[in-house]
Amino acid sequence: MSAADVVASVCLVAGSFLCLTAGLGLVRFPDVLNRMHAATKPQVLGVLLVMTGAVIRLTGQPVVWMLVLVGVFQLLTAPVSAHLVSRVAYRRRHVRRDLLLVDELGVPGTPGPAGSTAADTRADEPADGPERTGR
Amino acid sequence: MRARLRQQALLLVWLVVVWNLLWGTFSWANLISGVVLAVVVTTLLPLPSVPTSGRFRPLPALRFLGTFVVDLLVSSAEVSWLAFRPGRHRSAIITVQLRTDSDLLLTVIAEALSLVPGSLVLDLDRERRVMALHLVQVRDAAHVERQRANVLAMEDRVVRAFGSAEDIARLDDPSTETPETEGVGRR
Repeated sequence: MSAADVVASVCLVAGSFLCLTAGLGLVRFPDVLNRMHAATKPQVLGVLLVMTGAVIRLTGQPVVWMLVLVGVFQLLTAPVSAHLVSRVAYRRRHVRRDLLLVDELGVPGTPGPAGSTAADTRADEPADGPERTGR
Repeated sequence: MRARLRQQALLLVWLVVVWNLLWGTFSWANLISGVVLAVVVTTLLPLPSVPTSGRFRPLPALRFLGTFVVDLLVSSAEVSWLAFRPGRHRSAIITVQLRTDSDLLLTVIAEALSLVPGSLVLDLDRERRVMALHLVQVRDAAHVERQRANVLAMEDRVVRAFGSAEDIARLDDPSTETPETEGVGRR
């Protein structure tokens, strides 16, 4: 076994492990926002490591370049999808507010984000806001 | 007009590179078919032009990239540990007043912030340049302030790497902060 093989194996195992923790995080974290953290950080690094390991193992084959592309697009798209999902979750109030230490976005009296007026914010809320009444 | 042409050319080059990478080999056939496809795609599906005023500075860019890789390792380890560890952790949602006023730079900052230091971009008020972030784990108020400083440091690195001279000048000039937004970051 050459040194390259060792490096490739370490990358593959570490990457798979990170993907596993990402999956574990998805199950164990309390709300959507926390789950999105699991879906971005360990997941992206995990995929990058698996790709690195595969590139080392497959050096010289044309498929290597496609693996590079997979890594690049993973870096570009993972934050965007996570942002979109968490933004919707926040606006629909799927947030465990009891687990928040601070919430500067939801401070009453401050203008809402993205230049939204009060009417916009109300339109975003579900008709029955049980979390709202709890505050 | 010249900026628009330059942007189109960059987009074409990027599409041709992606096409060739997908094929896995660089050949004349791939190059020519890639150029034809790229022209067809950009003509049929035109994208709105993004104003680019910035320039590329190799050394600060390297610094940004290095910090980014280290941050990615650290934050992945942190989130993994949270996934394994028993018990609950406390999160936070903070708003940060940014100083950059460029669409492209704000995009880079938002992408980088979502990937690295325990944060996830929830919202961006483009007019007032206020970014709302979700922090996965905070211990106390001091930790929140440290994270806020981290966000501003990230902005600093991105702007110094890719921003124009005016963008960098804006970093050091606090007078661009509009007074009514100053209190947003504080309780």
